[in-house]
Amino acid sequence: MSQIFVREIDKLKKHLVCMFRLVERNYSTAVRALTENDAAAADKVFAGENEIDDKKIDIQEECFKILALHQPVAFDLRFIMATWKFNNDLERIGDLAVGIAARTRALAVLPPCPPPFDVALMAGRVHTMLTRSLDALINLDINLAAEVLADEDEIDALHRANLKLVKEGILADKNQIDALINYLSVSRYLERIGDLITNLGEEVIYIVEGNIVHHQYHDEDPTG
Amino acid sequence: MTESTQINGQANGREYAAGEPPPLFEERAINGRLQAIAAGEWFPAVVHPEVERESEIVLAINNFSLWYGASQALFDVSLKVPKGKVTALIGPSGCGKSTLLRSVNRLNDLVDSVRVSGDMTLEGDSIYASGVDVIELRKRMGMVAQKPNPFPMTIYENVIYPLRIDGVRDQKLLDEVCEKSLKHAALWQETKERLEQSALGLSGGQQQRLCVARAIAAEPEMLLMDEPCSALDPIATSKIEDLIDMLRGEYTILIVTHNMQQAARISDYTAFMYLGQLVEYGPTPSMFKKPKLKETEDYISGRFG
Repeated sequence: MSQIFVREIDKLKKHLVCMFRLVERNYSTAVRALTENDAAAADKVFAGENEIDDKKIDIQEECFKILALHQPVAFDLRFIMATWKFNNDLERIGDLAVGIAARTRALAVLPPCPPPFDVALMAGRVHTMLTRSLDALINLDINLAAEVLADEDEIDALHRANLKLVKEGILADKNQIDALINYLSVSRYLERIGDLITNLGEEVIYIVEGNIVHHQYHDEDPTG
Repeated sequence: MTESTQINGQANGREYAAGEPPPLFEERAINGRLQAIAAGEWFPAVVHPEVERESEIVLAINNFSLWYGASQALFDVSLKVPKGKVTALIGPSGCGKSTLLRSVNRLNDLVDSVRVSGDMTLEGDSIYASGVDVIELRKRMGMVAQKPNPFPMTIYENVIYPLRIDGVRDQKLLDEVCEKSLKHAALWQETKERLEQSALGLSGGQQQRLCVARAIAAEPEMLLMDEPCSALDPIATSKIEDLIDMLRGEYTILIVTHNMQQAARISDYTAFMYLGQLVEYGPTPSMFKKPKLKETEDYISGRFG
């Protein structure tokens, strides 16, 4: 085993774990900004986005370099392929965290409106999925990855329930329409993040087993 | 936050100390099986079901063992080479892949101290039964060696040499065979104007393609190639690889290669050997994407051997 290669691939692994941490941090900050109505925290999310974008480019370049110079096979190749996808999915999750921060900013200038659903509950579930997917990666634990896949149904159910609550809220008080639609977007962003996290779980299974897991995506919710 | 603290942090509720990397960061230890093989244990090879499903087998190696004097070089190897496919033998130096290849056309007979057990069959005919005419047997297999070995004669005479020694005199037939073989070896365009010149004036890559032309001139049942590209530059190598790809289907090819990427590019099946044992044998894509044995994975990913 060439030590040059070991060093390169270890560097990539560290970049990837770091990317995970950055996205997780931005996500947590976005959720806190929303639940605590903290505009300064929302601004931090926008700032954190740049760091994520830089890290994404670092990872892409490392992947290219390893593919071009080392022609990895088997586990190493699967890891690189999965990392490429992890990278894109994590960046998308980062984008959606920014989306949540943008809703927080929009809500801040609207008349106060209590959330129509339990934001912290759904966001907490999604957060658990995210940390589990990282644990599954670091431990190469396919059972944990499978749990992540299973968690998605619950997130979808929560989103459907939230949609109903938002509709009821609008019927009850039409003046709150703008705020409630912002909340509905938040629910939809969380649901999308859940989807992307299941991709992460699938990637872990791919790295370990070499199987491509076909996941049934739910139809896009047109109300989102 | 620094990257090292993140990685040594907590994962799945477990704390990883600095000296104990989590699995993703662990350089996996050499698996026990290869160490056991090194210690003299024998394991049955893992053969993928796709190989078993191949119906037409040209060469069947059955429980073949070989000794050079007191030292055993091949241990009970069984391997089926399917018709029209390219089968690559890979493995670290000393794994017996060249010995196995040279056993197929009994080149090892030339070594005094060699002793074998088990058998091989070519299209059902025993290779090692007593009374086998070794010269006739070798005519049924073309061989391409590591270094190009054209004979010191014209290009034309090199190609038709197998027919010449068989006593073929029909000039028209010889001309046809020469053209057909050179075309098959993708060398016709470069040599058709200089067939009467010495083969030694060709470049290394051309010489190797000439050797392929000579090997296929007598339309053998299979082609044996012993690291045919190891003495060639990348361009000449890619020409030989294209040639092997062209011959696929028409010829059954068994090739030994040190270059794993080459095995990955050109072969349909790959057999991984280690210290005289066949370890794993399966379709090349499976072998390089996700072999069944970690031992194979360690070798092809350069962690071992």
